[in-house]
Amino acid sequence: MIQTTKMASGQQWVLVEMVQAFYEAPAYHLILEGILILWIIRLLFSKTYKLQERSDLTEKEKEELIEEWQPEPLVPAVSNDHPSLNYDVVTGPPSHKITVNGKECINFASFNFLGLLDNERVKQKALASLKKYGVGTCGPRGFYGTFDVHLELEERLAKFMKTEEAIIYSYGFATIASAIPAYSKRGDIVFVDEAACFSIQKGLQASRSFIKYFKHNDMEDLERLLKEQELEDQKNPRKARVTRRFIVVEGLYMNTSDICPLPELVKLKYKYKVRIFLEESMSFGVLGEHGRGVTEHFGVSIDDIDLISANMENAVASIGGFCCGRSFVIDHQRLSGQGYCFSASLPPMLASAAIEALNIMEEDPEIFTILREKCKHAHKALQDIPGLKVVGEAFAPALHLQLEHSTGSRESDVRTLRSIIDYCLDRQIALTQARYLDKEERFLPPPSIRVVVTVEQTEEEIEKATSCIREAALARLE
Amino acid sequence: MTESSASREENGGPCHGAANGLKEGRNGFVKNHHHPQKKIHKQRDEKVHHGSCNGGLYSRPFIESFEETPMLVAVLTYMGYGILTIFGYLRDFLRARKIEKCHIAREREEQKDFVPLYQDFENFYTRNLYMRIRDNWNRPICSVPADKVDLVERVSYDYNWTFSHTGRVVKDVINMGSYNYLGFSENKGSCADAVAEVTLKYGAGVGSTRQEMGNLDGHEELEKLVARFLGVESAMAFGMGFATNSMNIPALAGKGCLILSDELNHASLVLGARLSGSTIRVFKHNNMQSLEKLLRDAIVHGQPRTHRPWKKILILVEGIYSMEGSIIRLPEVIALKKKYKAYLYLDEAHSIGALGGRGRGVVDYFGLDPTDVDIMMGTFTKSFGAAGGYIGGKKELIDYLRSHSHSAVYATSMSPPVVEQIITSMKCIMGEDGTTIGTERIQQLAENTVYFRRRLREMGFIIYGNNDSPVVPLMVYMPAKIGAFGREMLKRNIGVVVVGFPATPIIESRARFCVSAAHTKEMLDQALSAISEVGDLLQLKYSRHRILPTLDRPFDETTYEECED
Repeated sequence: MIQTTKMASGQQWVLVEMVQAFYEAPAYHLILEGILILWIIRLLFSKTYKLQERSDLTEKEKEELIEEWQPEPLVPAVSNDHPSLNYDVVTGPPSHKITVNGKECINFASFNFLGLLDNERVKQKALASLKKYGVGTCGPRGFYGTFDVHLELEERLAKFMKTEEAIIYSYGFATIASAIPAYSKRGDIVFVDEAACFSIQKGLQASRSFIKYFKHNDMEDLERLLKEQELEDQKNPRKARVTRRFIVVEGLYMNTSDICPLPELVKLKYKYKVRIFLEESMSFGVLGEHGRGVTEHFGVSIDDIDLISANMENAVASIGGFCCGRSFVIDHQRLSGQGYCFSASLPPMLASAAIEALNIMEEDPEIFTILREKCKHAHKALQDIPGLKVVGEAFAPALHLQLEHSTGSRESDVRTLRSIIDYCLDRQIALTQARYLDKEERFLPPPSIRVVVTVEQTEEEIEKATSCIREAALARLE
Repeated sequence: MTESSASREENGGPCHGAANGLKEGRNGFVKNHHHPQKKIHKQRDEKVHHGSCNGGLYSRPFIESFEETPMLVAVLTYMGYGILTIFGYLRDFLRARKIEKCHIAREREEQKDFVPLYQDFENFYTRNLYMRIRDNWNRPICSVPADKVDLVERVSYDYNWTFSHTGRVVKDVINMGSYNYLGFSENKGSCADAVAEVTLKYGAGVGSTRQEMGNLDGHEELEKLVARFLGVESAMAFGMGFATNSMNIPALAGKGCLILSDELNHASLVLGARLSGSTIRVFKHNNMQSLEKLLRDAIVHGQPRTHRPWKKILILVEGIYSMEGSIIRLPEVIALKKKYKAYLYLDEAHSIGALGGRGRGVVDYFGLDPTDVDIMMGTFTKSFGAAGGYIGGKKELIDYLRSHSHSAVYATSMSPPVVEQIITSMKCIMGEDGTTIGTERIQQLAENTVYFRRRLREMGFIIYGNNDSPVVPLMVYMPAKIGAFGREMLKRNIGVVVVGFPATPIIESRARFCVSAAHTKEMLDQALSAISEVGDLLQLKYSRHRILPTLDRPFDETTYEECED
């Protein structure tokens, strides 16, 4: 009690002394102090100056700088013999028989797995649709661009895949590339296979999330990353509570033609509470008894996959893509999928073609068995070609033939493969190289020839193609 | 910074029509009149701006207006959103307490302990505001989206959470919503016949990419035709308009490049710019002072931190802005781009076919040289009644894209019937089919546009944009009126598009009409009388048509000064 009074009086005394000193101080001193205080306040409140403002360039100097600046050319020059500049020209329909650069060939290059591209029923449906709706939709889905056939196609796809809901896009590439950023935002984490195709890579880039690549189909590597993340989360549980996690994989990989180990992925999903997005462009309409894709192939419940996306440009032989899954997930894209909201909808005649293709697939599931047999046949026939190795599963309809021994230079490898293709083109076998953007790919796959198997190819044709490739390899790889 | 360099003085000639005597400002924008003959420039500011805002660049009157939002309307609009938000929270509370039935799709039981897929607030707007008026969007149609359209009738018994189709069809709704500028969305006629033939020959798909086995003869024919149509050396076509932007801009710009983008650019341009990895800076909508300042600063100061000079500068603009109805000030942009050696990427999604005496888009409209635009981009969705997009330009540019465009390498090429539709409609516009249908339609569209805009303005609505733009936004402002306008118009058998936040700024909700060459005067009159009726019912005739005193006007760097005698 006494002590506090003492302290209080002590403080009081200091105050009194300060006031006294203030009165006694000479005026110039006070003014000086005042200016100093004002100066400090100014410094505290003035904006941190920018470097830009400090550069006291005169107008003339600026003009000189502007005059001096020379931009790079808009695009670098492309030499006329650039391997990807001169396209092969297809005259007539790119169906089973195809005319490439004026030569009639058997098509081993288009992703027309089920041969629906020149199916008469599909064409007639497209034609009927054309007569009813015209070609274009003249608007996005929101603004009078939703046609009754779009709704029907979505319903049919959902039914086909046995999911609650499906959503269609007007461009295959844009499907997964729009779906990923609709869910995964800045700060979220995506675990993705190194072999993921380019549209996945673009979707990931657009999402601005943290991307963690795991080794292709290596579940141990994925689990290592997931564990790492778990430890990270324990350090910062508050952040972990709002950080969404996704695994993005392909069913059949476009770039490697092998299948993802889905059952293990589902196990990891529940263990580490990560959602799975599955890209099935290569496996939809191919794998499984009814062509439902990898989930059916492995007997995994489709409800365990959060989102499945696929294009309708391969097996379905139309244009566009779709996503399917539970309404809780899919419906979100109707306002957040950029490629859905901001783009004109799919031309109704292409939607009708897709519906008819689904009809055919549903009526005759035998077609998938036939395709698988053909694939196995081709896969077997392509083995032991000197200098070339087959990459991909036996049941994959689009295989890669890679050089067994690379010359070390990508350019010369590409040329060698091209010479094999030209050799085959001359002998009525249409093949193509798998094309990539060398500088843009995250993990650039080695150059390869694509061999696409379809149900329309007969065993003789497959024999002919493989022996032709064998001859070409012998002739060109010596 | 400063005011505009070029203050314009002009006589209100008869050519200014309804806009004469109007002086309108919006968010610092003031409408501009350019008249080629009568222009006197006054240097009003101390800083010199070179050549940017030059009325002499225009070969025709450039009349664009954005009338200021009346204060009372703005206040009421904010109140409207406030009330909706309060009720939204209340209903969320009730839903959480299970007092109100919750229609929202739920997470699976097995995944309840996962990190939530959506933050709660993310969908607040959708759940509580959008859902109330959801019936105005995604209306399914079951006919050609031509001048008139048949709608599938749908009803909702649970306040728009779900819809069911009654099985009936709402016949012959006048279509003011589709981007069918030249009326090529048809199921009969020469285009449809040619497409039918191609469909039977080729089928629907292609099954490969351009670089692999999907380069059909039709694609090559189309590209040659597009190049000829645009008056450029070479062109390339892509399967989707959105992807044309988002997949090609990354091939043109990269790290160390600067992209200057209009603030109202379409999502596809924004995405493309973002994917390119370039630095992006945004200038005010159609504002040349803002663009010039960014250009100057960019060149003078170089890249941030390193101060290295930029590798290149790319300006991204659109021909017609689909939500504002404004037309790009292309002559000024080209002058700036030349002066500062930047490259120009012009997205003509809405303007190709719809503008210019020959339907060649905004370049034709201003009578400019297409080679002055480095990258001419556009879509086939709108005027051509098809799908997809193109890029035209110098041969080197297109060669580079043919080998480096993401779309050429990875995306399935265009469907042959769609290609055929573009070829036939484009030939029709060019008059190469031996008829004058194309020219007549271009003429008709221009007349319809001027007529429709003039009548709406006379009725006292606030109409945004350029007098010659077939995209006509009518300001509705208040959230409740968005839904009411759409529904009342449908009751009168007219299909319109209404848009609100986030497609527009929060208080600037609007209805949008797209005038088409297929509309007859009777249809337009019918639509106009319905709009007027609904306008009275909902009190939408906000325009005050008054001249703002000079001093009242917003006075900042974006203000264009203008005097009228």
